[in-house]
Amino acid sequence: MSWPNLLQYAVFLLIVALLVKPTGTYLALVFEGEKTLLDPLLRPVERLLFRLFGIDATEQMDWKRYALCFTLFGLLGTLLLYSLLRFQSVLAGSSSAYLTTPLTPDLAANTAISFATTTTWQAYGGESTMTYLSQMVGLCAQNFLAGAAGLALGIAFIRGLVRQQTEMLGNFWVDIVRATLWVLLPLSLLGGIVLVWQGVPLNFDAYTPITTLEGRQQIIAQGPVAALEFIKNLGTNGGGFFNVNAAHPYENPTPLTNFLEMLAIVVLPAAFTHTFGRLIGRPKEGWVLFGVMTALFLAGLLACGWVEQTDNPRIAALVSSVSSPPSGNLEGKEIRFGIGGSVLGAIATSNGATGSYNSMHDSYLPLGGAVPLVNMLLGEIIYGGLGTGLYSIIIVQVVALFLAGLMVGSVPEYLGKRIGVAEVKLVALYTLLGPMVVLILTALAVVTAGGKAGLTTNDGFHGLTEILYAYISSFANNGQNFAGLSANSTFYNLTTSFAMIIGRYGQGVVALALAAQFAKQVRRPFTSGSLPTATVQFAGFLIATIFIVGGLSYFPVLALGPFAEHIRLSR
Amino acid sequence: MLLAGAAGTIFPFQARGSLVARDGQIIGSNLIGQEFTSPRYFWGRPSATSPTAYNAASSSGSNLSATNKGLVQAVRERIARLHAADPTNTAPVPTDLVTASGSGLDPHITPAGAAYQVERVARVRHLDPKRIRALVEQQTEGRQLGFLGEPRVNVLRLNLALDALERS
Amino acid sequence: MQTSTKPNPLKTPESSKLQRRKVDGTGIYRRAIAESFVKLNPLTLYKNPVMFVVLVGTLVTFALTINPDLFGSQPGTRLINGLITGILFVTILFANFAEAVAEGRGKAQADALRRTKQDTLARRILPGGQKTEEVSSTQLRKGDFVRVIAGDLIPGDGEVLEGVASVDESAITGESAPVIKEPGSDVASTVTGGTRILSDSLVLRITSNPGEGFIDRMIALVEGAKRQKTPNEIALTVLLAVLTEIFLIVVATLPPFANFVGAPVSIATLIALLVALIPTTIGGLLSAIGIAGMDRVAQFNVIATSGKAVEAAGDIGTLILDKTGTITLGNRLADEFIPVGGHNGRELASVARAASMFDDTPEGKSVVKLAVSQGATNGYNLDGAESVQFTAQTRMSGTDLSNGVVLRKGAVDAIKRYVVDQGGETPPDLDAATERVSLLGGTPLAVCEGKEIFGVIYLKDIVKPGIRQRFEELRRMGIKTIMLTGDNRVTASVIAAEAGVDEFIAEATPEDKIRVIKENQAQGKLVAMTGDGTNDAPALAQADVGVAMNSGTQAAKEAANMVDLDSDPTKLLDVVTIGKQLLITRGALTTFSIANDVSKYFAIIPAMFSAAGIGALNVMGLTSPNSAILSALIFNALIIPALIPLALKGVEFKPLSANQLLTRNILIYGVGGLIVPFICIKLIDIVVTAIGLA
Repeated sequence: MSWPNLLQYAVFLLIVALLVKPTGTYLALVFEGEKTLLDPLLRPVERLLFRLFGIDATEQMDWKRYALCFTLFGLLGTLLLYSLLRFQSVLAGSSSAYLTTPLTPDLAANTAISFATTTTWQAYGGESTMTYLSQMVGLCAQNFLAGAAGLALGIAFIRGLVRQQTEMLGNFWVDIVRATLWVLLPLSLLGGIVLVWQGVPLNFDAYTPITTLEGRQQIIAQGPVAALEFIKNLGTNGGGFFNVNAAHPYENPTPLTNFLEMLAIVVLPAAFTHTFGRLIGRPKEGWVLFGVMTALFLAGLLACGWVEQTDNPRIAALVSSVSSPPSGNLEGKEIRFGIGGSVLGAIATSNGATGSYNSMHDSYLPLGGAVPLVNMLLGEIIYGGLGTGLYSIIIVQVVALFLAGLMVGSVPEYLGKRIGVAEVKLVALYTLLGPMVVLILTALAVVTAGGKAGLTTNDGFHGLTEILYAYISSFANNGQNFAGLSANSTFYNLTTSFAMIIGRYGQGVVALALAAQFAKQVRRPFTSGSLPTATVQFAGFLIATIFIVGGLSYFPVLALGPFAEHIRLSR
Repeated sequence: MLLAGAAGTIFPFQARGSLVARDGQIIGSNLIGQEFTSPRYFWGRPSATSPTAYNAASSSGSNLSATNKGLVQAVRERIARLHAADPTNTAPVPTDLVTASGSGLDPHITPAGAAYQVERVARVRHLDPKRIRALVEQQTEGRQLGFLGEPRVNVLRLNLALDALERS
Repeated sequence: MQTSTKPNPLKTPESSKLQRRKVDGTGIYRRAIAESFVKLNPLTLYKNPVMFVVLVGTLVTFALTINPDLFGSQPGTRLINGLITGILFVTILFANFAEAVAEGRGKAQADALRRTKQDTLARRILPGGQKTEEVSSTQLRKGDFVRVIAGDLIPGDGEVLEGVASVDESAITGESAPVIKEPGSDVASTVTGGTRILSDSLVLRITSNPGEGFIDRMIALVEGAKRQKTPNEIALTVLLAVLTEIFLIVVATLPPFANFVGAPVSIATLIALLVALIPTTIGGLLSAIGIAGMDRVAQFNVIATSGKAVEAAGDIGTLILDKTGTITLGNRLADEFIPVGGHNGRELASVARAASMFDDTPEGKSVVKLAVSQGATNGYNLDGAESVQFTAQTRMSGTDLSNGVVLRKGAVDAIKRYVVDQGGETPPDLDAATERVSLLGGTPLAVCEGKEIFGVIYLKDIVKPGIRQRFEELRRMGIKTIMLTGDNRVTASVIAAEAGVDEFIAEATPEDKIRVIKENQAQGKLVAMTGDGTNDAPALAQADVGVAMNSGTQAAKEAANMVDLDSDPTKLLDVVTIGKQLLITRGALTTFSIANDVSKYFAIIPAMFSAAGIGALNVMGLTSPNSAILSALIFNALIIPALIPLALKGVEFKPLSANQLLTRNILIYGVGGLIVPFICIKLIDIVVTAIGLA
């Protein structure tokens, strides 16, 4: 890897690290309802919203009620978006002549679900499917609200570990209002302006027809891109305004926008570790989680970057006999990002449960593409989705602690909370969901005509990888894809919707139930016999657990997908 | 929403899509690549959009896997096309000129990709290759802030400058 | 853990000869082999999800051995299917064997106990109280009155109402020295059925119905008949079950993937992969570990009423101990004479000696002994002297000489009052002497002759040797020790410091015990305590781990969840260690089992999909696909018996910090679990190839 690329990675992670403490602290203040700089501006708005929706801010919810609100909120968003999409052609439209993809019921449902679950899986191409109204009122609004709901879920989970002898996890409505007003809105306003400065369009113009230098006709899609661009990353949604998402020059015009957009994906989930450490009263615990995440993030960057900077041997054989230095695997990548910026995008988006890839992962070398795939298979724990990433890694940590606790001869506990039968059952259920949904749906797709029909571009080992990628991406609420798979079919629209719902609500509700189990308990004091979790040893054990739990479930299918393809390619 | 008004007034050019005009006629966007097939112009990267290349109303990559036979076939054809337009050029073909971009609208090529085409453009336009090489150098953007992204050449801007150079 | 053989400084010589509990090995193994087959019954095997899956797999591969094309044409041959079937079957047998061996030790103990529990004739006292009738001991009911005389087996658990007799309780305690039983006393008034009365006779009230007595409960416990899974064991079982389910999904979805990429696999191979992946090692050893844990406790002569208690012992955060008898030797001994009022040491020694002449308590004897060594003279004529006994009212004792001289020793304030009442004076330096003794943690006794105080005896509490190190160990394990004592604060604090306990409660009442337990429990800690008296029963019941001394009352024993047959309170520390070992063994073997899967994958997956051209993943260089699969399976089966000794003995517990312990066990069982199978599978592959199996 060239040194500018390494420098880019280093600066990226350094900035993230520097932002963790202030941002994490801010998030803690926001959700504790404490004073922040924005209060004079936002408190009145908050009060207004509370009155408007009849929210009693003092009400506390147990996990069932919290989960119910979370689910209902998602359902409501899904239904509203579904109706909007179905009727978009009747409603005020724009450039409808270019909207070549019809919003069939299954596509509209899939899209509605995918935005409510922050998956923002794109079975459609934005510029050829969506009106500006749908983009703004439907998709953009959901980007905020679904992102806020994720953050709320995360904060409720933290409360479960913080609180003692209670069943109450907070108030869902208060949490999403605060998440939206104090966190997502101001940041995306700020980010949006920077993006426009760098060239991201923000207009409601019709698609611009032009005659090119060589006299050809070209129709340039336009739209309020910047309004959507920043929040889609900040809310770890990632559904692009355009079909190719952040690879599109209008979405991501410069290396700087690329850097900022990737930062937007990572910062809040990364900082959330500090929010956790702060609220729990042991900042070190948060830093260890951040450290583990960052180590794994860096490992992914280096592995993927190392693979992608090599040439595809089959192309290298054609272009020249000597290829030194290797120009890297440029198929599906944009020149302005190069290998370095593309790989940064691949790793940030795959880890950040965000679909806004800036290069075509389908065209990555087999092992290069395996890295984002593995990131998702590990359960979106490396920073992860907004709010959800934290509980994802903590649940793996609970598994690790269960074994580690036994190995030091004490009944396992995490932060003074027992890991008993009820807790293990919930963790087991949570862990089971992923392989169950992803492997079974993938198997279903490769044996049914409907599933195999999606493989219009690639086949064989790579076809298997494409399908696996689609389902893990849906389940992980990531939304990126190996886009060679033609996923706009009834089969994929329905099956990926199912994966998204289980990934979001199945796992989310189990996480809340676990939080409630922890909240009920007294926090046991830390003694010299307790197993400290904020140590290098335990961090190492956590990483091993992450790989073993994830690896054991997916090793065979990875062997038949990317590994087999790699061996074939290098032969 | 609010953002639209604010951004539109501060950065009107960018907000409208960075469109560029020549002789009062909008001929493209700084950010969106165009298809060039004439040997007079520098060519951009292969585009996998459909139904035509560089379809800016329907962005797309090829999504061909590294092991896809179609990829090798496409690369082979592109090399043949480059060789046909410039039979005397025996230099190794830069990869960016034979691999499709992610968006199908990539406005850039690498400096190596531009350098590979200098001789051809100079010959067709009957210009001194040195002048064109200088032009390419002038149109080459470095890494942003010194470490972000890769050095690159905007093909539309280069070709516009090329036309301007010839007119002058 | 070698605690069982480590010389215990607190153990009496008698109790260390309890080798009776070590049971004959060969008999157990012979019985266990037979049991391994009995346990194949699917109805019982069903309770162990992991091994049940193996059983189902065995049946399927067996069917495929008989007809290889049962599920359509399959790659693979009858021979391979047969070999796989055989190995799977042996795997189950090994797991059953592990459990049977662990149970066998308990059963052997139970048999020994059962022998003492024969039907005997009992003399039931008829209403009216004069006549007795002979009935079988099985006909006795709670509330019956019986008479036992020398030589009888005591027919049931009971309370002594009349008589004094010596009883041989070696059947339960292993202690051969007879114990005296008499009515009225807390400790000595209970007898246990199955023990033998050696002298005299007793009248008992029977306190339990047949089959519910102490021995019956003990039999049930050591036999594990009522063994319930502990919460932690259930949690682990859940985890193992879910792992098994995940692997079921992984394996079940493989054929579609394999067919899709054109590398179909046989069902027998899939089952082989499944069995190799699911945690058979820990699944096969889990119940053996639990049973062995109970058994290890029993080897320490502690009867735990549930595995839960043993496990809880491993996790206790607070240990509450009585000072007297536990931390200190029961008796205080005279250590120094401090003369006051112008008297010299020799005078004081003489008075003290004479005042203690009739005091038979260890304290009194120690005073005499010390006085003699300090040169006490026989200045007092003790002929015709009378003893004055200690009473709670006077709080002093002494000697009235025949010449009218009155010698007293007792609590300082009592002596003071006594002297003042007779018109005497307290020497000005008395208070200083008294205070000095208190500050040393001792008990001061004042000594006077008539109305003149001669000085103070320093009675010293003797902390048991070795106790400090044990508390040190406990502290490293993160266990807080609290000492309870009736002494005043000053004395208590000195003893606490000397013994190295973390906290102490002075002037404690029985209510204090419960309060301290509840306070600690409210902090989320598990609390252990020892006790023997009836007034300890509520606290024993409240504690998470209550250990009653076998010498204690029936009430205490019933409230506790462990009974220490040797009545040695410090043994709780060993139980803690065993509890920890129990947890560590489970955790370590689970980690080992899961880590093993990595190498098994690398053995089987490349072999399975050699058609897909992923032979490069065969990092071990195994000979052929068949040999790879067989080697992985053989390793998978052999590792179970290989680990049986470890499961029974328990993983060694070192009193290290939690972090050090984790590092150590991860290195051994985690990293070891990754590496060992790579080596073993490779070696097995070489052997399998050499003998031409595949």
